[in-house]
Amino acid sequence: MGKIGLIIQREYLTRVKKKSFLLMTILGPLLLAGVVALVAYLGFQDDKEYDILVVDDSGGAFKSMENGENFTFHYIDGLGIEEAKDSFKDSEYSVILHLPDGILAQKRPILYFKEQPSMSVEKSIEARIENLVEREKLKLYDISYADYKRIKTEFSLTMIKFTESGEEETVTREKALVGFFFGLAVYLFIFLYGVQVMRGVIEEKNNRIVEVIISSVKPFQLMMGKIVGIALVGLTQFVLWIVLSFTFITVTQQVLFQDKMESLAQQQVQKSTELSKQTAPKQIQADVDFSDLTNPNHIVNRINWPLMLSLFLFYFIGGYLLYSALFAAIGSAVDNDTDTQQFMLPVTAPLIVAYFIAFTLMENPESDAAFWASLIPFTSPIIMIERVAIGLSPNEYWELGLSMVLLVLGFIFTTWLAGKIYRTGVLMYGKKVNYKELWKWIRYHD
Amino acid sequence: MDTLLDVKSVSKWYVNYKALNNVSLQVPKGSIFGLLGPNGAGKTTLIRIINQITAPDEGEILFNGESLKQKHIAQIGYLPEERGLYSKMKVGEQALYLAQLKGMPKAEAMEKLKKWFIKFGIEEWWNKKIEELSKGMAQKIQFVVTVVHEPELLILDEPFSGFDPINTNLIKDEIMKLRDNGTTVIFSTHNMGSVEEICDRIALINKSEKILEGPVADIKEQHKPHIFKLTFKGNMIKFTNALWTGFELVDHKEIGENTFEAKVKIKENSTPNDLLGALIPNVEIHSMNEIMPTMNEIFIQQVTGKNENVELENEEA
Repeated sequence: MGKIGLIIQREYLTRVKKKSFLLMTILGPLLLAGVVALVAYLGFQDDKEYDILVVDDSGGAFKSMENGENFTFHYIDGLGIEEAKDSFKDSEYSVILHLPDGILAQKRPILYFKEQPSMSVEKSIEARIENLVEREKLKLYDISYADYKRIKTEFSLTMIKFTESGEEETVTREKALVGFFFGLAVYLFIFLYGVQVMRGVIEEKNNRIVEVIISSVKPFQLMMGKIVGIALVGLTQFVLWIVLSFTFITVTQQVLFQDKMESLAQQQVQKSTELSKQTAPKQIQADVDFSDLTNPNHIVNRINWPLMLSLFLFYFIGGYLLYSALFAAIGSAVDNDTDTQQFMLPVTAPLIVAYFIAFTLMENPESDAAFWASLIPFTSPIIMIERVAIGLSPNEYWELGLSMVLLVLGFIFTTWLAGKIYRTGVLMYGKKVNYKELWKWIRYHD
Repeated sequence: MDTLLDVKSVSKWYVNYKALNNVSLQVPKGSIFGLLGPNGAGKTTLIRIINQITAPDEGEILFNGESLKQKHIAQIGYLPEERGLYSKMKVGEQALYLAQLKGMPKAEAMEKLKKWFIKFGIEEWWNKKIEELSKGMAQKIQFVVTVVHEPELLILDEPFSGFDPINTNLIKDEIMKLRDNGTTVIFSTHNMGSVEEICDRIALINKSEKILEGPVADIKEQHKPHIFKLTFKGNMIKFTNALWTGFELVDHKEIGENTFEAKVKIKENSTPNDLLGALIPNVEIHSMNEIMPTMNEIFIQQVTGKNENVELENEEA
């Protein structure tokens, strides 16, 4: 094994053997699984019973509102809203629904609650009110309900992007969201492991072991060994997270939520049949249905995983190499963590800018900012992966190619630059370093 | 005299500052070579150039007659002045790692390290972390990892700092043994006492330039003040009158009844025998010794350019 191999091995093993690595590796997916479980659990949480006191100031059109599965309407004749509110606190009702006079003229009903009803309850109540208001209006204009049902039309647009090669591609919000998460993952990995490189360099400098080591290997070899070793730690952690997360999520779903899942599936069937019976049903649907991965339209099945994962690896490694070299240079220039501040900003600023562009990219994937940010190596690891997830048309493939080439050139440049700062910096103690000083170091010849 | 390391007209600039100016020196094989000089003189720069941590701007260095290359790293052991180890890494693992970085195969490194650990009685530290050890203990480990790959050239920068007197002697003995077994040692220090004790040859660097080089005895010889200390019985006036123009009385004091101690400088073209010849008819000579300068005095004299105190302060020579 070459010397650089020895360094990589040491950097890798000392980190992987740490208890904190093991802890993060197990806790990461547990947290993720926990969040997923919590979201799922909260989604199921509408088995609560709501007693709704209806205060109807509109003239009694709403007496016939159908009770829901877990909510019941109650009516008290002649009760004013102020009275109802006064006694609300001590009453057994959990919700007051106030239907104001003029509701037919679009005046908004108000819902008072002690505990917020779930989204689905809220939507169901809205649907019932709409339904009754419509019926009232039908009476007003003397239209039969049967006619209305025949006239009533609903559309939603199907968004299809027409590319130059004539292929059609569906653009969805979900894809943008997935892209954003890929970008976010690259961002987090670069930050997490880039800072580890910096810490490692500071540690060696503080320990004063660096001079012993660079009398055996070239400073550049030590720096690269550290960068590569830590990259491997990152990849190991990433792979373990994916494997463990998948396992945890599967286990959680199967063990904890099996009953719930089944009953949810039934509920969904009931709900949809129930709603289809109604006249003007509001679509109530979970955005992402975790339970049905067999559905080819499920977002998970619409992602080109081999492409996304290999590009993720490329952009993570490329972006990491680019930034970690700079982090290594910062580490070499300072004596301790607290001195890093002045140099951190220019390095982290592009990352943070990239994060914000990634955010706006979800709304507007074809903006100029997105175009440039996906080419510039300092932002491309985060932005290009998101653009690819949303979907590139064949006439945009050159942008992907160019972005990859620029990223490679970018990290070669930053590594070269960092190497120059590093080899001088690691042997420099007790000196307050500024940018002018760094510039001097870059100009030193061996 | 075989030369292991031949430094030929080496210069090194940093942007606005010349760290080494045309420095040449020869380190003979199997010697202990003292590299002396005040802080900031350029010693560390020279050592780093020898270690190929940095390269000279001018001049070259020959190692065993060959131009210094990457492959020579395995034949050099370096103990920097600013030393340290990974505090959270186990002693054994760390020693193995550093030995392997010097190019030793793992099995051989393991075997040699074990020997050294047993020799120093520190086997039980193998699985401890450096942070659990005292500073002196860590220094011992550091010494072991510097020498374990049996380098031809050992560069020690202030090797005794941080050691208690017992361990200082232990390390000193090991250095001597290594030298006797053919290792060449470059020894950089401010501690002139240890220089006289163990160095065969020295070079003095000041303000980026070499100002002195040679065997310790020769250098002392070159810098002696030609002053002799005499004790005699007799009359001080007679003593003074006996000194003719070739001699100069520097100092005297009475140390007993009619017994004196005097320091006499012998000027050019006169010899100690001339002095004795002039004095013996007049007083009774009890002893006569030449006062030799200490390395410390030579160092201070060379670096500061002052030598007026040398003559008077070297009682112990």
